[in-house]
Amino acid sequence: MTVALEQSTHVESAKPARRSLSLGAIAPYLQATPLALILGAFLLLPILMIAVVSFWDYDFAAMYPDFLTTNYVDTLGSWVTWKTYLNTLKYAGIVWALTLFIGFWVAYFLAFHIRTTVMQMVLFLVCTVPFLTSNIIRMISWIPVLGRNGLVNSTLVQIGLIPKPIEWLLYSEFAVVLAMVHLYTLFMVTPIFNTLMRIDKSLVEAARDAGASGWQILWNVIFPLAKPGMAIGTIFVVTLVMADFSTVQVMSGGQSASVALMMKNQMSLLQYPAAAANAVVLLVLVLLMVASILRIVDIRKEL
Amino acid sequence: MSKAAEIDIVSVSKIYGATTAVEDISLKIPAGTYCCLLGPSGCGKTSTLRMIAGHETISSGDVRLGNTVVTDLPPARRGTAMMFQSYALFPHLDLVDNVAFSLKMKGVGKEERRAKALDMLKLMQMEAYAGRRPAQLSGGQQQRVALARALITDPEALLLDEPLSALDPFLKIRMRAELKKLQTSLGITFVHVTHSQEEAMALADLIVVMNDGRIEQAAHPRTIFERPATAFVARFMGDHNVVSGRVSGSRDGMVVFNVPGGASLAASGQGRAVGEPIDIAIRTDHVRIGEAPATGLGFTGVASNVEYRGSTVKLSVNGAGIEDFTVIVDDTSFFAKPVAVGDAVPIAWDAEDAIVLGRLDS
Repeated sequence: MTVALEQSTHVESAKPARRSLSLGAIAPYLQATPLALILGAFLLLPILMIAVVSFWDYDFAAMYPDFLTTNYVDTLGSWVTWKTYLNTLKYAGIVWALTLFIGFWVAYFLAFHIRTTVMQMVLFLVCTVPFLTSNIIRMISWIPVLGRNGLVNSTLVQIGLIPKPIEWLLYSEFAVVLAMVHLYTLFMVTPIFNTLMRIDKSLVEAARDAGASGWQILWNVIFPLAKPGMAIGTIFVVTLVMADFSTVQVMSGGQSASVALMMKNQMSLLQYPAAAANAVVLLVLVLLMVASILRIVDIRKEL
Repeated sequence: MSKAAEIDIVSVSKIYGATTAVEDISLKIPAGTYCCLLGPSGCGKTSTLRMIAGHETISSGDVRLGNTVVTDLPPARRGTAMMFQSYALFPHLDLVDNVAFSLKMKGVGKEERRAKALDMLKLMQMEAYAGRRPAQLSGGQQQRVALARALITDPEALLLDEPLSALDPFLKIRMRAELKKLQTSLGITFVHVTHSQEEAMALADLIVVMNDGRIEQAAHPRTIFERPATAFVARFMGDHNVVSGRVSGSRDGMVVFNVPGGASLAASGQGRAVGEPIDIAIRTDHVRIGEAPATGLGFTGVASNVEYRGSTVKLSVNGAGIEDFTVIVDDTSFFAKPVAVGDAVPIAWDAEDAIVLGRLDS
């Protein structure tokens, strides 16, 4: 009897299920198709191709489809690679620390010290004005400022503070970090500003009511609540710095290297499979970094 | 924990730019009182509370708490604690850390402050949720945590900014009973801002009705309801008909006045100069259908609306220059002699039910 009952319920439930399969079940897939196609064609496919090519063989003139691990062995076995990775990580670390520090204070000032919303938006837009010109232009504009006979050096010499121009202002690691901080700080300001704007002002008052000083409020209330924004900004800045080659090339004058610059050089020598292997390694490294950031900070409430 | 402080507000004003939010108010709240600041939005009640709390600077005047003038003290050093409208619980901290926050700011050790916070949560019957975050609690639970956080500083006065406005109607009534019980057991002064006259009547020992940055009346709820001081108070508390006119003379110790375009009415009160404007209040439930006991204690109008409300019937009457005069009659006497819309109805009240209202000089 129970069997019969089960069967009959089965039959009954199967009917509407089949009807919904024809229309209702397919609809969500249809809705997801355009995005899936775009991401597939422009993101997954290229990455797959890079991964495939990274196993190919090559010589000075052409590439040969194959399955070799030599490219990875060469990449990971060379001390130049390790040094370049370390150098890139060093840039990422320094630039991250500086953009986080500057970005937090700019966002904090905008969110808590500017009274009117209109003024907040105006100042925020002012922050984005540099983005109206290209990265390269903004980078190159540092050259007349920092150069041997640039603004800074000539001013300092004229005042008499230094006897001769400082050499390390341009074409140095200092110049690279300066330009990167200049280029990427806004990527830190925006998400932090966004999180700070969402902090209920009565929380600050509640903290003050509980006897917290300005620094205590900052440390115990605002800082923890700004963490998701800082995490998102960190992801932006770290991935941008890890993939940067133009800033390193221009601002260091070829005296410093980054992973992406190394890849660019390999490609200009037509060593595409070697560059592809390098790219896969870099991709894995960056994904690991992003994953660890997401493990530390829960950014879901921000999205 | 039973130390309570008298709050003394001495001609305090709050001026924002060109607008005056609070205009020269003076108020004494005796120690251990449950005081409700009542008024429509924008009347300055919240500004007043925030000035007592220290979250708003005082433009002029002084606030004294007990024997200390606290006008220029920061919030935490006034001996007050504030409970915010949306509770303002820290979303990133669990309940224990929320409650222990002020102790942490004072530098109390972790074990000690967590133990104290847990005791406070126990008092509020929230210890079972100690490890949760505020977002995982219902409105009523959040309010209890906010109370625990405010009370852990052992304040002499607790300031509550519309504490019940975020709750649904059912919870509102339950939480307000809890608030009253808590105040009675702690014995400290509570100052509670609300725009609900029902809430104020249910809770307060002292109701302060505010309007336009000024105090219209500060008295016990019964006094406020039975002897409203001004037309605003009578209208805001509800259940009163306010009739305005000009004094025409006096008779038998009563003021006689004319309603423009209508009747001549009388009300008990001090004599006034002839020609002066006058407002009187008549309780809607003290009005009856019938002939007036004496001239000037009633009028005849036309029923414009009849609403059956179960135990009572609400009649709206127009006539004798008075619009929308409300009469609440109990159902038995109404249905003994029913009235339909459009009927002429004689309306009457007793001499002691017509109260002459004062005016704030502006």
